[in-house]
This record gives sequence, C-alpha cells and structure tokens, in this order.
Amino acid sequence: MTKLQEQQTIQKQFNERMNQEELLNCMRCGFCLPSCPTYIESGFQESHSPRGRIALMKAVVDGLIEPDEDFERSLDLCLGCRACEPVCPSGVNYGQLLEEARDIVNQNKRHSLPVRAVRKAVFEGLFPHQNRIKNLTGLIGFYQRSGLQKAARKTGIMKLLPENLAAMEKVLPPVPTMKEMKNRPEHLPSIGTQTARVAFFSGCLMDTVFLETNNATMKLLQLAGCEVVIPKGQSCCGALHGHSGEKESARGLAKKNIQAFEDLNVDFIITNAGGCGAFLMDYDHLLKDDPLWKERAAAFKEKIKDIAEVLVAAGFHEKVKLELPPQVVTYQDSCHLRNVMKTASAPRLLIQSIKGVEFKEMQQADRCCGSAGIYNIIESEMSMRLLDSKMVHAKATHASTIVTANPGCLLQMKLGIEREGLAAKMRGVHLVDLLMEAVKKEAVV
Amino acid sequence: MLAILVKEKIIAVVTSENFDDSKTGRLVYSYDSTPNYQALPDAVVSPRNTAEVAEIVKICNEHQIPIVPRGSGTNLCGGTCPLEGGIVMLFKHMNKILEIDEENLTATVQPGVITYDVITAVESKGLFYPPDPGSMKISTIGGNINENSGGLRGLKYGVTRDYVMALEIVLPNGEIIRTGGKLAKDVAGYDFTRLYVGSEGTLGIVTEATLKLIPIPDAKKTMLALYQDMEAAARSVSKIIANKIIPATLEFLDQPTLKVVEDYARIGLPTDVKAVLLIEQDGPPEVVERDIIKISEICRQEMAVSVQIAQSETEAEALRTARRTALSALARLKPTTILEDATVPRSEIAKMVKAINDIAAKYKLDICTFGHAGDGNLHPTCPTDARNHEEMERVERAFAEIFEKAIELGGTITGEHGVGVMKSPYLELKLGKAGIAAMQAVKNALDPNHIMNPGKVFMDDSRKRVKVGQ
Repeated sequence: MTKLQEQQTIQKQFNERMNQEELLNCMRCGFCLPSCPTYIESGFQESHSPRGRIALMKAVVDGLIEPDEDFERSLDLCLGCRACEPVCPSGVNYGQLLEEARDIVNQNKRHSLPVRAVRKAVFEGLFPHQNRIKNLTGLIGFYQRSGLQKAARKTGIMKLLPENLAAMEKVLPPVPTMKEMKNRPEHLPSIGTQTARVAFFSGCLMDTVFLETNNATMKLLQLAGCEVVIPKGQSCCGALHGHSGEKESARGLAKKNIQAFEDLNVDFIITNAGGCGAFLMDYDHLLKDDPLWKERAAAFKEKIKDIAEVLVAAGFHEKVKLELPPQVVTYQDSCHLRNVMKTASAPRLLIQSIKGVEFKEMQQADRCCGSAGIYNIIESEMSMRLLDSKMVHAKATHASTIVTANPGCLLQMKLGIEREGLAAKMRGVHLVDLLMEAVKKEAVV
Repeated sequence: MLAILVKEKIIAVVTSENFDDSKTGRLVYSYDSTPNYQALPDAVVSPRNTAEVAEIVKICNEHQIPIVPRGSGTNLCGGTCPLEGGIVMLFKHMNKILEIDEENLTATVQPGVITYDVITAVESKGLFYPPDPGSMKISTIGGNINENSGGLRGLKYGVTRDYVMALEIVLPNGEIIRTGGKLAKDVAGYDFTRLYVGSEGTLGIVTEATLKLIPIPDAKKTMLALYQDMEAAARSVSKIIANKIIPATLEFLDQPTLKVVEDYARIGLPTDVKAVLLIEQDGPPEVVERDIIKISEICRQEMAVSVQIAQSETEAEALRTARRTALSALARLKPTTILEDATVPRSEIAKMVKAINDIAAKYKLDICTFGHAGDGNLHPTCPTDARNHEEMERVERAFAEIFEKAIELGGTITGEHGVGVMKSPYLELKLGKAGIAAMQAVKNALDPNHIMNPGKVFMDDSRKRVKVGQ
C-alpha cells in the first residue's frame, strides 16, 4: 500500500469506527489542559493536549485533515494516563477514544520490519502465554544469579544499551526461580474470622517478576479475613495490547479472563496493579459489540477492586498491628488506579496507619511518572522529562521510601532513584510489600 | 496559505521552531470553547518577547494579514476563532510573573501567564487578585484582559477591568506604547488602559500588564438558602444589599438547573425548591460573623425554606458543590452546551429568570439558568445538539429573545463572555447605530487595515470564510 492509500483507509475507518457522539461531547472548554502531562511538558502545545487530540480525531473523521505523521505523533506522545477524564465537565471517555484511534492507525499501518517483528513477538508471542513469561523470567533469573550480571556490568557492555534500558537492567528486582514460579496456590483460607470470599487476579508480570508482591498480596488478604481463590485459567489482562492498538488480541484475553472468574461465587476480584485493574474494568466497553459477552463483561467489571480498597473496607489497618522503623514515606499515584479505578485515598490511609511512618504528600503525586506501560522505552525522551520533574517533587519530601501501587510505576520510581544517584538513601516499594514489612511477625501464622 | 516571502520574514523573527503551518498545527488552533465555530489559520506563531511581537505585527500590517492573539482558547464568544485565517499568535513563551511589588501592591505579568498561577503567587505573599473567571485554572491573564473577564467575586470586588493599572501594547502599526502606571491617580490623556481591557484583540496586542492587588481577607464563611419561590430569592438578594451588606459571592441556581445537578451529583438537594442561593462573605472575622448572621435572618424573613451555614471548610465545600457542578451536570445532558451571559440590573433578576423560563417553554427548549445573582449576571444554558438544525434554529431564536428582554430590563447582551462573533449580531440592540459607529471610528483610527482579529465585535457581512460546522 502506498502512504496515500494507507491514509485513505485510516480516514475511512475513523469515519466508520470512531464514536462520534463521544467526539461531539467534547465541548472544547479546555478544563483538561492543566491536567495533561504532555501538554505541560511540550511547552503548552495544543496538539499534545486531550482537547487538541480529540479535535484532531474529529477532524480526521470529518475529512478536514489527513491522518499524517504529525497526527500520529500527537497520538503516540499521549501517555494514556487519563488524568483528563476526572476533570472533564462533559465526562468524555478519552481513554476509549484514544484506544480506538490507535487501533485503527496500527491495524492499517505498515510498520517497518523490525517494529513489526518486535510487536509480533511481544503481543502475540509473549504476553498471551504465561509459561513463556515464566521462561523468560527464568532466563533473567539465571542472568542475575549465575554471575553473568556481574560479569556483564564489569565489562561495561551495558554502556552499549540506550541509557534508560541500561538503567532499567539495574532496577529490575531479583526475580524468582523457575521452581518458585511453579506450584502456585489455587486456594487459601482466611486467617481468623472470614469476612469475604475473593478471587485474586494474579497478572502476568506480577506473578513472575513481582512474585513476592503477589505472595504478600495474598497474605494480606488472608489476614484481612478473606478466603482467596486464584483460578488457574486466567491470563494477562491485555492492557498492553489495548493501549498499543492491538484490540483484537485484547478481546481474546478478556474473554479468557471473564470465563476463568465468572463461576467462582466471589464477592470481589482483587488486583494489585492499577494498570491491570483499570483495563479489567474496561472489559465491558472492549466487548460492547459482542452480544454473547457484553453482559458477562459487565458482571465481571462490577467485581473488580484494588487490594487497597478491600483492605480498608475490611478494616485491616485497624485489625492488624502495623509498625516500621521511623521513616518518611511518600506516595506516587498510579494513574489508572486513580483516574479510572478512582482509588486514591485508600493507599494513603493504609500508609498512614503504619506506626513509625511519617507520611508526606509530594506535590503533583497525581501526575503521571512517565512509565505508562512501554511508553518509557518507546518515548523515552518525554518519559525521562516527566520522571525528572517527578523526582524533584519526591526529593522535596525528604522521603526515604516512595510507595506505588503498580509495577510499571514502581520500576519507573526505581529508575528515577537510580538516575538521581539516590540508591543509598531512597527506595521504591509496592504498597503491599510495605504493608507486609509492617505486619508484626506474630500476626502471621 | 501565507506567501513564501511573508513566511520567511516571520521565521526570520521568531525562528522556525516558533512557526507552524502544518495541517495538524493549524487545526488545533482553529477553535476555542465556543460551540459551532471553526476556521483554520494559515500559521501559528509564538513570539518570545515584545520586540518580536512588534516585528510580526509590522510584517502583517504591511501584507494585510489577520492576527488573532490567543491565550488558552477558553472564551465563549468565538473570540479567538481565526475566521479570516491569518496567524494565530500564542504567548506560551511570554508567561512569566515579572514582579510582585509589595510596596505598591501590584503584580507585573506577561500575557501568557495562567490566571490561577497569578492568584496563588500573590496569595503566598498575603495579597489578593480577586477576578476569578470559571476557567481561571486554564485561562491566561492576556485572555482575561482582552475579554474583561468576570467571575464569582464580581459583586464585591469588581472584574478584570478594575485590577488593570498599566499595559504595554503593540499597536496595529507595530509601535509599542505604555499606558497607565503603578498609580492610583493618573489623568494624563485618554484612558487607553480601560479602552484596551475588553477590546477582544481588535485594537492591538497586550504584551505586559501591571495588575492591582489588595490585602487578602482574613476570614470567609459560606451559607446556602433554599426557596419555594424565585421572587422570594430575588427579594432576599435585593434586601441583603439594601441592608448595606455586599457579600463576596451571591450565586443562584434555578429549579431546572437544580434538578439536573441533583440527578448528576446526588447531593441530597430537594428538587421541589424553586431557587437556591449560595452566599459567601469574607473580611475580618467579626465582620464576617455579623454579616452572615444578618444575611441568614434576611433569608428567613423572606421565606427561605432552609438556611444552612457551614461550620467548617469541609461543610463549606459541600455547600458549594451544587454551584460548582452546575456546568458539568448540564454539559453531560446533550452533546452541545450553549452557555450565555445575559445580564440585568440585580433588581430585575426575578423578572429575567421568569422571562427565560417562558421563552424556553415557547420554543420547546430546556434552558437552565444559574449565575451571579448579586451582579445580575445570569447564565441561561441550553443543552442541545448542533447536528439538529431545526432545534438549533429554535435555540438561536430563543436566545435572540432573551437578549432583547435583557436590554428591555436595562441590561446587556453579555456580562462577561464578550461579543466576539457569537454576539456581534446583537450588539446594535445594546449600542444603537450611533454607538456602533463611534466604536468603529476608534477601530478604524487604530487599525485602518483591519488586521487585528477581523470579524469580531462588529458584524461583518462580507465574511470570507464559511464556518465549519462542529
């Protein structure tokens, strides 16, 4: 296909597929502008704001402009943090518009060969298959434990990698062994009086690279009085696919997950990653045109809750004694946890319930850190600018611990700490890991 | 498109980084917050200082190219929509607070600075910049000055006009002038400062402003009064002021608005009441206390069915919710939201609200009215759908009648949004032929080539570009 043909097809599909009601709902009041990280960081460029992007999408639908490279650039640079949604007077579902637009562009664009190869490997080859993720994690584990990592760092070979990838290699947590990743529990009883029966969405990366965090999550749920079910048939949530213009693959994963969870007779489905939770909550929209799945997706969505909300609702922080050595702690919101799942006060309340912790809110904790899925690798320049501003605010709190509630944000915080040369006096940690540390030993049976 | 020669000249001034004539770059500056207006500029230019602004204006004047100065594009009168193409001028580089002068109580700022940033910066020094338009977190001071923006605090503290002491202006011929000063008294010649405030970018470009500041009030209290009858609410407003109390905020919502707000926010407001007043007073604590007690007595005497006084900031915030969510609640009803600002003397509010409701019924439309009761500045708002041409015609006819009624009651067609293109057909209602001719004489004298924001304020029958439907 020639470039022109490509543009014509994209234009036609914009006209057919974009939700025109939703595009019209944007009344262009501009209330979203101050909330948009890329608008601010780009030096107030309207084309990198939500209002601008919606106007561009509408202009393509209306045939006022062609979907050219500048148009794609505007879509690409969006973090998808959805901070524009809570501040929108008209309640425009920006995230859904963005996903649809990206899907249309991606499905009709002929990517360069290397990009195509990477996309295929990641979206089709790796993420839908939990065993392959395990194997890859196993390889990383081998790299970390065999002495290869030390050797590689000594040779300076890492310097050949782009700066942020090299730093990324440093901040990856020690991953579990293959043995640890096998034999995962499927059912755990509550500790003490049972108050609820919940299912745990273990996730793909969370159940491999961040296995310890998942273990802590289940333990905290048990301590809060939850009976925990972890169905085997679940898979990756599909967020990475959905956000990158691979909606069809995302739909396949969504169906698999709905099926895995629907007959468990549980009160809630728990997630410990804001990015996954928010995407699970969007399943009803993802499957809205599928009459067989629409209602099942809506029922599934109703049950999704972040671990922090459930712990607070169960009175975990009052029931269990939490204590840590004296330290200042700050919290970085996960955008999707805050803007889509609307969970913002529960994590803060839990942190403040720990004896010995002085909680200090950093300025603009609700602004995206620049991690945004694979954004920090693809759009590293913008991502690092956002991270640098973030670290200024984090440092100003004099915190020794930055808490987050999503794996991507956590890695980004660790990267920020590494880049600032603060590794000796500051750490990044997931909320549940901090809580687990704070649980007094006698509480854990 | 601009001629190559012109483009090269402008780039020589601002560098190519600050010149954009890509399709995408132009599209995103083809609109503002006004429903149904869109037109592409030929280029978007971001000068870095006053000298560059002057250079660009000279080039444009020589080649007769329209210039539309634009802040954040939040205006509601089509004021920054480049109807006749030309260049849209952005002030993203000229966005600094240059000085806060605590001896003269002034702030000197560049036009691109965000209003809210000025407010927070001066408040950190115990000072107060009162104009608070609804979009203050987004809007720029330059935009506020050009539109003479109002806000919730207008009744007690006045509007943008009352806080602009001096301006630096680039005239349409490229000359730079300074008006006013850090002076309470200054009668040296015509008051150009006042002329340029609210001139909607049609007379030149504001490149710097010195703003008046006042000491920040020590205390503030918030209350809410509900009424079974619009007349009673209006009588309360008049009586509060007749009792020599000027509240900092005196906002109201009518029953249709209230129903929509309750449907959306579920804050437990009774939807059978006909009007709600949100009242705030600020000042020294003992004065605030005394005024709030007096106001609540007046409201009760005037048959308010309920009067609540907030005992804490959390409670105050809860009371403000209804007014704060009015726009969100209305905007969610239908795709297009037409928000107007017909204004009457405050003694005529009840009559005006009744007239609006009658007109809405006549044209079979939903029009919800809320707004600034204290200064008679109402916001009749019509949720509609721009794609429904038949209904849009009824909306236009209804608003024409609302404007006529406002004038009949001694009011005006626009209290704070500006004329722009949206209300230019109605300007004659307010000014008469002679009034318009006098204003046009000023325009022609200062901008003989009509390069500054053409097609705005005055009706222009020979519009070159047809608006693109939203």
